Formats: sequence, C-alpha cells, structure tokens
Amino acid sequence: MKPFIQVQDAEMVFTTRKGRFHALQNVNLNVQRGEFITLIGHSGCGKSTLLNLIAGLLQPTSGALICDGREIAAPGPERAVVFQNHSLLPWLSCLDNVLLAVESVFGGKEASAKLKVRARAALELVGMSHALHKRPHEISGGMKQRVGIARALAMEPKVLLMDEPFGALDALTRAKLQDELLKIVARTQSTVIMVTHDVDEAVLLSDRIVMMTNGPAATIGEILEVGIPRPRVRVELAEDARYVAARKEVIDFLYTRHAHVEQAA
Amino acid sequence: MVSAVFHSPGEAAAAAPASTATVSRPAMPATETLPPPAAAKPARDPIDWKGLALRVLPPVISIALLIGLWGLATQKGGSFPTPAATFDAAVKLFADPFYRNGPNDQGIGWNILNSLGRVGMGFGLAALVGIPLGFIIGRFEFANRMVSPLIALLKPVSPLAWLPIGLLAFKSANPAAIWTIFICSIWPMVVNTAVGVQRVPQDYLNVARVLKLSEWKVITRILLPAVLPYVLTGVRLSVGTAWLVIVAAEMLTGGVGIGFWVWDEWNNLNVAHILIAIFVIGTVGLLLEWFLMTLAKHFTFDGD
Repeated sequence: MKPFIQVQDAEMVFTTRKGRFHALQNVNLNVQRGEFITLIGHSGCGKSTLLNLIAGLLQPTSGALICDGREIAAPGPERAVVFQNHSLLPWLSCLDNVLLAVESVFGGKEASAKLKVRARAALELVGMSHALHKRPHEISGGMKQRVGIARALAMEPKVLLMDEPFGALDALTRAKLQDELLKIVARTQSTVIMVTHDVDEAVLLSDRIVMMTNGPAATIGEILEVGIPRPRVRVELAEDARYVAARKEVIDFLYTRHAHVEQAA
Repeated sequence: MVSAVFHSPGEAAAAAPASTATVSRPAMPATETLPPPAAAKPARDPIDWKGLALRVLPPVISIALLIGLWGLATQKGGSFPTPAATFDAAVKLFADPFYRNGPNDQGIGWNILNSLGRVGMGFGLAALVGIPLGFIIGRFEFANRMVSPLIALLKPVSPLAWLPIGLLAFKSANPAAIWTIFICSIWPMVVNTAVGVQRVPQDYLNVARVLKLSEWKVITRILLPAVLPYVLTGVRLSVGTAWLVIVAAEMLTGGVGIGFWVWDEWNNLNVAHILIAIFVIGTVGLLLEWFLMTLAKHFTFDGD
C-alpha cells in the first residue's frame, strides 16, 4: 500500500539574524492512513519544525513532502492543526471559532444551517456543548484545547496534526483529554501526527513513536512500533509488559543514547 | 405632592430629583400615585458606606483644600477673583450659554461647540487618513521603511508650527485650525495602528493559513478585531492632544471658540471668566477621555 504521507529527504535550514541554523536533515518518514504517529525528542530537536513542514506552514530547504499523492505546497484544511496554545480567536465564541473553520471548508457547498449543525456536532464530540456561546477567556485551559480539537475535527481533515496539544495542561486534565482523544480517534479513524515530549503520552496513544536525535541538524533516530492492541485502557496498561517495554525503549533512547546536552548560548 | 409636580412644569426642575428618586427606589414606601414595584424585586445589598466614603472623601477633600487655599490667597482683594465671585460669574455665564451678539460675543455653549466641531473635523479627517495608513505601514515592511523616517522627523514638531502653513494654504483661519488639529492627531493613530498590525499574534495568522481564509475574512475576522484595541488607544491619545492644541490654535486664529474666548476675556481683563474657561476645558477633556476609555474597554479582549 502506498503511504498516505511521505517525507523524503527533508532538510530545513533557517536563516536567522545570528546566521544559518540547520534544524533538520535527511528526514524520511512514511505514514499510513489511519495511523497514530507521535514525534518525540528533547526540546530543540526540530519535532515541531517537522510538524510545521507537514502542515505546510514551513517550506523545506530541500526534499519533498507528499500527502495523499500531492506535494505539500501550502497549509490547507485537509491537514488540520491543533496548536499548542489553542490559538482560538478571543473575540469569537467557541461556536463561532469552530464555525469559522467549517465555513471555510464547507461554506461553498452547504447551507448555513447545515454548517451550524457540523460545528455543534464537533463541539459535542469533545464534550463542549455546554459552552457554545462562551468566549475563550471564559473557559479553562483544558476546555480551550478541546475547542481547538473540535475546530480541527470539524474540517474533516485527512490528517490531524497536533503540536504538543496537552503540554500546557495539568496532569489530570491531560490524562482525561488523552483518554477522550483515544476514543475520538477510534471513532473517526483519523490519521494523527502528534508532537509530544511526554513518554507516557507517546506510548499510550501511538501506533508508532518517531524518536528524534538532538539538534542542530536533527534527524529521525529510531522508530518504535507500539504493538499494544486497541482499545487501550490507561489503568490496565500500567502493568502491561508491552507497555513497560515500550516505555523503557523510549526512555533509553532519550536519556541514555541521546541524552540532552544543554549548550551554552 | 408627586402628582402636583407633573402638572406644573415650571417647578419641574426643582422637584424632579425627588420624584425620580421615588420611582427608582423600590424599597421606599410608594406614594398613592405609584404602584408598589417593591414586591417583584429582591432586596438590595446593604450599601457599603465605609467603602463609599473612602472613595468619595479624598477627592472632596482635595477640591475643598484647593478652593480654601484659593479663598485665603484672594482674601485681600486684587486682580484675582475670589472663589465666590468666580462662582457668581459662572452662574451668570451658564444661565444663557447660547446667546448671540454678533460674531465676537457669543455664549460659552457656542464657543465650546465650535471648538468641538473643529476638533471633530480635524480629528475625523486624521482618522480617515491615519488608520488606513497605519494598516499599510504595519502590513508592508517596504511602506514601513519608507514612511518611518518621515514620521520620526515630523512627530516631535509642535502642531502650532504647522499653523502658518495652513494659513498659507487655505487663506482662512478656520481651515487652518482644522489643519493643525489634523496634523497633531494623525501621528498617534498611524503609529498605534501600525504597531497593532505588527503585533497580531503569528498564531492567529497561522490559523488563517490553515483554514485557508479569504483575504476579506482575514481582514474582517482576524486583523480588524486584533488591531481594534490599538486603534482605540491611538484615537484616545489623538483626541487628548487635539483638545490641548485647539485652545492654543484658536488663540492665534480668532473666531468663535473656547481658545479665542479665553484670549478675548484676557483682553477684557475678566479673570473670573478665564478661570471658568480653564475649568470648562478640563471638564470637556475629561469627558472625551472617559467616553473613549469606555469605548475601548468594550472592545478589548482578554486573550491569553
């Protein structure tokens, strides 16, 4: 089967005021339809850069990125992004934030009543029906991130790109949202690529974990298959041998083989 | 008693506060002419007398001190009027604010309205030019580099220095005054709008790119709301400056206006009227500021 997303020899060099910064090199990755992939690595390893390349928010210096047989040239709603800091527009209500996304994807084809139904359904999916008309500053951080996910899901994207979506949340809220994301992904059969720095999150959610070496000029170090069958239940996994082994594998990679060395600026 | 008030409009002004108080306070025993609305409304919270006193007392004390010192200083007489004399003059002045005795002798109301009209005109034109210009400067780096040195050079110039240019160009006092207001109020709006556009969070623009929003939707749904608080700050600064400058400009150009009025009263050596004018200018400035602050608060979003 032809991979759904292909990253071929991607290289990324940023030109900053301090000079050139070589962020990524020789990145090769194939993602199948319906797969859940996490990108993990120390901070500064270019995992967000890789996600932004797939999103089309950045253009690679060299190499090619292909999604569903087409080269990725610009951002688009078929590759929906859930941003780290939710990025909801503060002057729009939750419903209007989602509606803005729905309108841009389905606006030309469907009546406005149908669009509203879609937006409401997406918010229902993430359990936010009670806050349709609240503004983002009136709801908690976890709720904002739910609305951010709803906005992405409402576009019915081919792939869901998540940039440390739960990074700013407390541990309990994060666990709850992870569990719900598992259910949503199981129901919608979405393809997901998620950036994280949380080992447990990666093992719990992913089919494959892409471990990245340290920058500069970071690349993919190893890819770990997580063979744990779905549906996965957090409580049962804690003592599951496959879970423990996968977790150990990632920790070994991150802290033994590729320990992060803080560089003096 | 209440019904009597309604039947004699001559006394209405004096008794009106009493009658409105009866209507608006459901807790008071209703008079026979009014239905008792008290039952429908829940009891009010007890008034926080101490907090109220702590907020009201300090300004009352400071104003009382000012008037007291003024009274002490003018006790012995001289060219400076006493507080009482100034108050009497103010009562006389405001008894008929809208009279007209020829072009150089008009009521204080006309003077204030004329000044406000000039400020509104000059400021409105400045907003029409300045806000779009600020958007262009904020959005396009080339325009920014082109206009920035000019702004840096012209912004610190006292607006009154532009008055002769206005007189030369328009050959008339009134457009020259409006021109001066235009020049002084345009800079804060240009600069603040440009800064606002430059500070639109990249995240919002990334959202727009991912959603593939049309240029029109980017402007109406993202740029305008994000920049609005900055624009309003610029507007507030502009109006404040414009109100400062109009008094000085009118002193030079003459005509009907609060600034010319002050100068006229100085020529008449009517110091009491000058003091009243200072108070009036301050009050109008305060009201303008307060109005725009309220407007700005309404359009500010607490994003995080």
